Amino acid sequence: MSIKEGWERFSKSQLFWPILALAIVLLFNLIFTKDFFSIEIKEGHLYGVAIDILNRAAPLMILATGMTLVIATGGGGVDVSVGSVIAISGAVAAALIGGSLQYVDGVQQFVTNVSMPVAILAALAVATLLGAWNGFLVAKIGIQPIVATLILLVAGRGLAQLVTQGQIITIYYKPFSYIGTGFLLGLPFTIFIVAALFGLTYYMVRKTAMGLFIESIGINASASRFSGINVSKYVFMVYAFCGFCAGVAGLIICSNVSSADGNNAGLFMELDAILAVALGGNSTSGGRFTLVGSLIGALVIQSITTSIYALGVPPEITLVVKALVVIAICLMQSEEFRKTLQRKGSTNRGNQCGKIEAKL
Amino acid sequence: MGKLKLNYKYISLYITILLFSGLFAAGSMLYDGFFSLQVLLNMLIDNAFLIVTAIGMTFVLIIGGIDISVGAVIALICMLSAHLLSVRHISAFIVLPAMLLVGMAFGFGQGYLIQKFKLQPFIATLAGMFLARGLCYVISIDTIMISDPFYMQMSTYKIPMPFDTHISISVVIALATLLAGLYLANFTKFGRTAYAIGGNEQSAVLMGLPVARTKILVYTLNGFCSALAGIVFSFYMLSGYGLHGVGLEMDAIASVVIGGTPLSGGIGFVTGTLFGVLIQGAIQTLIMFQGTLSSWWTKIAIASLLCVFIILHKLIISRREGRKSIA
Repeated sequence: MSIKEGWERFSKSQLFWPILALAIVLLFNLIFTKDFFSIEIKEGHLYGVAIDILNRAAPLMILATGMTLVIATGGGGVDVSVGSVIAISGAVAAALIGGSLQYVDGVQQFVTNVSMPVAILAALAVATLLGAWNGFLVAKIGIQPIVATLILLVAGRGLAQLVTQGQIITIYYKPFSYIGTGFLLGLPFTIFIVAALFGLTYYMVRKTAMGLFIESIGINASASRFSGINVSKYVFMVYAFCGFCAGVAGLIICSNVSSADGNNAGLFMELDAILAVALGGNSTSGGRFTLVGSLIGALVIQSITTSIYALGVPPEITLVVKALVVIAICLMQSEEFRKTLQRKGSTNRGNQCGKIEAKL
Repeated sequence: MGKLKLNYKYISLYITILLFSGLFAAGSMLYDGFFSLQVLLNMLIDNAFLIVTAIGMTFVLIIGGIDISVGAVIALICMLSAHLLSVRHISAFIVLPAMLLVGMAFGFGQGYLIQKFKLQPFIATLAGMFLARGLCYVISIDTIMISDPFYMQMSTYKIPMPFDTHISISVVIALATLLAGLYLANFTKFGRTAYAIGGNEQSAVLMGLPVARTKILVYTLNGFCSALAGIVFSFYMLSGYGLHGVGLEMDAIASVVIGGTPLSGGIGFVTGTLFGVLIQGAIQTLIMFQGTLSSWWTKIAIASLLCVFIILHKLIISRREGRKSIA
């Protein structure tokens, strides 16, 4: 009986659908992909498809963390500019570090234009500032979020190219690539960045009142204001934080390929981030949110991509599969669709379920 | 008082037209050869596809929705028609109506998902965007050239205009779409229902308006417009490629917003959209004439304009609401 109750509680929880989606994708891989779950140790580092997914999903998981909070503030809250902020953050870091291999007193040395910590801090500061600009437009001026962030989406690519002067800047300074490709304790360093950022965010929203405030703003902003919550302050902070997250993701992406491309870095990442949040069982109209769900959503997206590569399916089809999965998962989360299913399901439930499986 | 209110409604439209005139005047004063009918017509020729798709987008924004799949649909239409014409050798007269049907079916599918299952327009059309781009790559990952004689003719044919100038067939298509859009928005039941949905969907339902049908129709119309824009774009590029029209959806949305249609719905001007596109064209032309500025300044300039317009809108609306509360 208690197991049944537990199951019922779990099946009603926000995390049920995202975990189910991840489970289906993983189950699919368990059956069809060889060596999907095997992990081996090479030169003291852990290698394997699962580790690879975690590593590659890192920028998306970081973006999804910031985006979850933005979407949770409701009122159509969304930040479509994160892809551009990624490009700018990478461009700033690359332009400041630059770097070259020089011989100083007969010894090979990596030389940077500006010391690396300063460059990283500058890139993060710029990203946070851009996020704050979005927050200013949304919270202080009261512009619709999608419109406000659209400005930066359009301008951002231009700004990034302004920083890089239209070139792809290559970073020759080796230590910088540690951020995106390094290993710590046998695990990719990016996983630690995700863990640190996620842990901090989780602590802030769940162990302080902030998370409650954000949820209450998302459910009813005016009621929250009348009950004494400084709505515009929290909305502003959330957007600034989302900019910061995009900055971190930008550094990882830039460091991973050791170059900054103003045009293509983070292209369409905003869409993936919003998707991760939606797949994570978060309502896109705000209110209650789950950070863990968004992380799972990001993992689902990356798992789908990786398993398509692993299956040897032409990578061109990735987008089509992604689209079908998105539609299927959104439909599963839609109340109306489930009602329609239940109505029809009384006569031919098996048939309908089969259809969903086939879609996935 | 009534006259003043009317002014408020149209103020952003006036500003858009004024701004375009200002940009054109500034260009004419700064650069030799800028002030000519052909430069003006070239703005139409080079942006015909954007005008067509932006008009469809205007209706979507009027009902308070959004469609970010249009750029991808345009790419899909180019790719599909290139494939059918160049690889399968099917007649252009079969391909053209088929493409329009594909676009309408695509728009209908998205509208159906949004209306029937209450999916967020952003998410549903995001999926549509992935699907359309993905299908492009399924057809081919390389560029397919179009060498169909009819397409070549449409691409190069110049319609003579007074003062030794000319326009292309695409401009005629764009202007016809504009007229049809104006008619639909201002003189039909469909247009009035669309405005009512954007103003307040629940009220529209309670008034007994066909909300569900109109919403799906608006997305279908937008699918049709993006397919038509795709055809115009394939006349312009004479090729199909998976990366055609990347970011075009944002250009279209920006044009519509600059044209005085806010994303909140209920208000919208098809004429404004034309000038929104022309303003972008004017900025591009100015930067081209200037010669030393790089192309990315276009994006920065458009975004700054977008920003100014949005803030202006906000000020107008809050002022109007302030008046209401006093009265």
